[in-house]
Amino acid sequence: MRASLIAAIVVWLIVNLLEILQLIAARSSMDLGVPDYLPVLLMDIFYLLLVIFYRYNITRSESSNFVDLLWRVFATGLIAAIVALGIQLFYNSLDDSILRFNVFVNTFLSNLDKSLISVFLISTFMAWKKLILYQKNKQVVFYWKAFETMVIASIFFDLTGFTLQNDLAFQGLYIVITILAIGLSGNLKWVAYLNFRQKWISILLILLVTIYLFYFFDELYVAPITALSYVSDLDNLFLLTLFTFLLFYSVFSVLVILFNLPTSSVFERKMEEAINFQRLSQSVQTGESEDEIFEILLQSSMNTIYADAGWIELTEGEESKFIRKDISRVQISAIQEKIISSKNRTLFRKPFSTNESDRVLIHLKKSNYKTVLVVPLTVQTSVVGFMYLLNEIKDNHNREMLNIIDTFVNQASISIENFKLLEEAIRNERYKEELNIAKKVQRALIPDTLAHDDSFSIHPFTHAATEVGGDYYDSYQLSENLFSVVIGDVSGKGTSAAFHMSQMKGIYQSLVQMNLAPDEFLLRANISLSQCLEKTSFITLSYFLIDTQLKQLQFARAGHCPSLVYRNAEQKASYLQNKGLGLGILRNESYKDHIDVNQLKYQKDDILLLFTDGISEAQNKTGDEFGFDRLKKLLEENATQSPKEIQKAIINSLYAFCETRHLEDDYTLVVLKFN
Amino acid sequence: MIEIHTQNENNYLLISVKGDADASSAIHLDKVIRQAFDGPQKSIFIDCTKLNYISSAGLGVFMSYIEDITQNQINFVIYGLSEKVLNVFSILGLDQLLTIKKTKEEAISTLDGL
Repeated sequence: MRASLIAAIVVWLIVNLLEILQLIAARSSMDLGVPDYLPVLLMDIFYLLLVIFYRYNITRSESSNFVDLLWRVFATGLIAAIVALGIQLFYNSLDDSILRFNVFVNTFLSNLDKSLISVFLISTFMAWKKLILYQKNKQVVFYWKAFETMVIASIFFDLTGFTLQNDLAFQGLYIVITILAIGLSGNLKWVAYLNFRQKWISILLILLVTIYLFYFFDELYVAPITALSYVSDLDNLFLLTLFTFLLFYSVFSVLVILFNLPTSSVFERKMEEAINFQRLSQSVQTGESEDEIFEILLQSSMNTIYADAGWIELTEGEESKFIRKDISRVQISAIQEKIISSKNRTLFRKPFSTNESDRVLIHLKKSNYKTVLVVPLTVQTSVVGFMYLLNEIKDNHNREMLNIIDTFVNQASISIENFKLLEEAIRNERYKEELNIAKKVQRALIPDTLAHDDSFSIHPFTHAATEVGGDYYDSYQLSENLFSVVIGDVSGKGTSAAFHMSQMKGIYQSLVQMNLAPDEFLLRANISLSQCLEKTSFITLSYFLIDTQLKQLQFARAGHCPSLVYRNAEQKASYLQNKGLGLGILRNESYKDHIDVNQLKYQKDDILLLFTDGISEAQNKTGDEFGFDRLKKLLEENATQSPKEIQKAIINSLYAFCETRHLEDDYTLVVLKFN
Repeated sequence: MIEIHTQNENNYLLISVKGDADASSAIHLDKVIRQAFDGPQKSIFIDCTKLNYISSAGLGVFMSYIEDITQNQINFVIYGLSEKVLNVFSILGLDQLLTIKKTKEEAISTLDGL
């Protein structure tokens, strides 16, 4: 691009040098052997290089500001005009001095003038191209390419030496190009995108450009000294077509802009509406608040119906919130009273609407404002508030305006709905995070390993249906040979169950250290829990004391599902049935009447299986329960295995029975095997 | 799903429960029993012949009336429990605190003692 400019300048200098050399040669009657066409050709190359330069320089510039483009054209013209004027002044001041008739100076200056004019013409040509091709379609591009090609080709037409006055070919070509130029001059879409002020500036700039064109034409083709009647031969098709095209397009532009002036405010409003609409729809991404959305809505709606003032009243519970524009809080109250008393109301019904979503136009008496339009604002099918638009003149509403306001209201509603959804999503995310923390905390309450010595091995397993659960197991070594093991289940599931489960853990850890008999333990736990469990909640528990020296179990059952004991001697399992009552069901001293303490001796390879009802009551698709019998049989079948293997066998069998790993209740298993 | 039907007989109020008494339906069951307790009838029978399943939440409803029953001397009788449901009641120990009868006739016979 730069190279083409430098090349143009070099070519131009060579042309000048050549002409001056030729002049010197002519004076001294010498023949340089330079053919006549060479300077002309070089000049043509100069034009071509300029076309190339501006083609890229102007069309590539990113700015889509038309006024800037016109200003640039004007500035280029101004420089060319100042230089041309300067040359004329120079001539005039020289008057009759020797320099006045110095052919070298004359040649150089006229060349400079001519080339500056051609710079202006070519740059304007490319600027006009940009304007014509704004929002182009295929057809326009096709015609423009044809036109541009012909114009560029016409650069070299002057090698033929034809003139407009004398040659039919010149005339023919000129007419063809001119017709194309006139056709293309109809493309003035850019005018529509100017605002009122820009239109005036554009008119001014283009008028000035038109004046330049006349002036430069005069410079080139009317001899400076002689009278106007003499017009030199119009010998350059390229420059001539440029003049013609530029003039046509300038005149067309000025006229079109002039005729567009009155409607430009309408177009500007439409543009503003579109922009506001976009703002409303993008407000969530740009992080604007709900209030800002309502402000945009109010502003846009007021513009639409030329309202003089307005406000939005949002009902938030008992209180109302106001978003005002050009009106005070006191005035609002006054107008609200007038609205209530006014009898002159017009309903604008929406199709299929309920009464609530109708817009009402109310005429006010004895007020600055003649009418008020009340528009309900609906978000997620409920009315959240009303928009009031005040007008100082009557009868200024039409269907189209109302439709636009509707669109604004709808878009604002969608934006606010999106806001709410986003907030909800964030809140849910936080809850999820909190639940995860609760899960970790609860996980820490449930021991991974249980207290035991060499005389028995024990393996626990638990799984909560949701993040947190209500199942519980724990153990404690009371003395060298005495161990406490507990399993429990809180009624219900989820968060409330998890809270009660952690209370149970606290109660167990406090009471167990007192080394109580199982029934005493349950009695005290019942008293403690009676203080903190809500009325419909209860906890079931099985409490075991294992004496490894006496090889004896002592146990009590607080309404928990009966535990399973496998006797290796008989190779049979059975449930430990005894009387019991869930904790928190009977909240007084009489609780102890409803529980039993039992004890039994154990032998080597006997197994104690503790579990929660999440296992025995697990259902498959047809509604069958896993059941006590199945569990018993499974234990008998796997009795030779280690506690961990027994646990795995039972859980796998449970999953197979339910045909899923996602059970509806929490489920827990503790397997204890005596050595 | 649960279907609860209340019927005023001569000398007792009959509440028939059908379906599953789980966490979601326990509230309805509680509401109906609450109304019965607030009413004048001193004998309340719960017909559980068609009660298919009861969860801990359902048990919690019955459990919460135990105090009311003794304090207000209500003749509160549950009858018609399936083996499965009865087992759930007795594991928890509620059979010790609530009057549970096999059939309607047995339930009605409790009226004689009053």
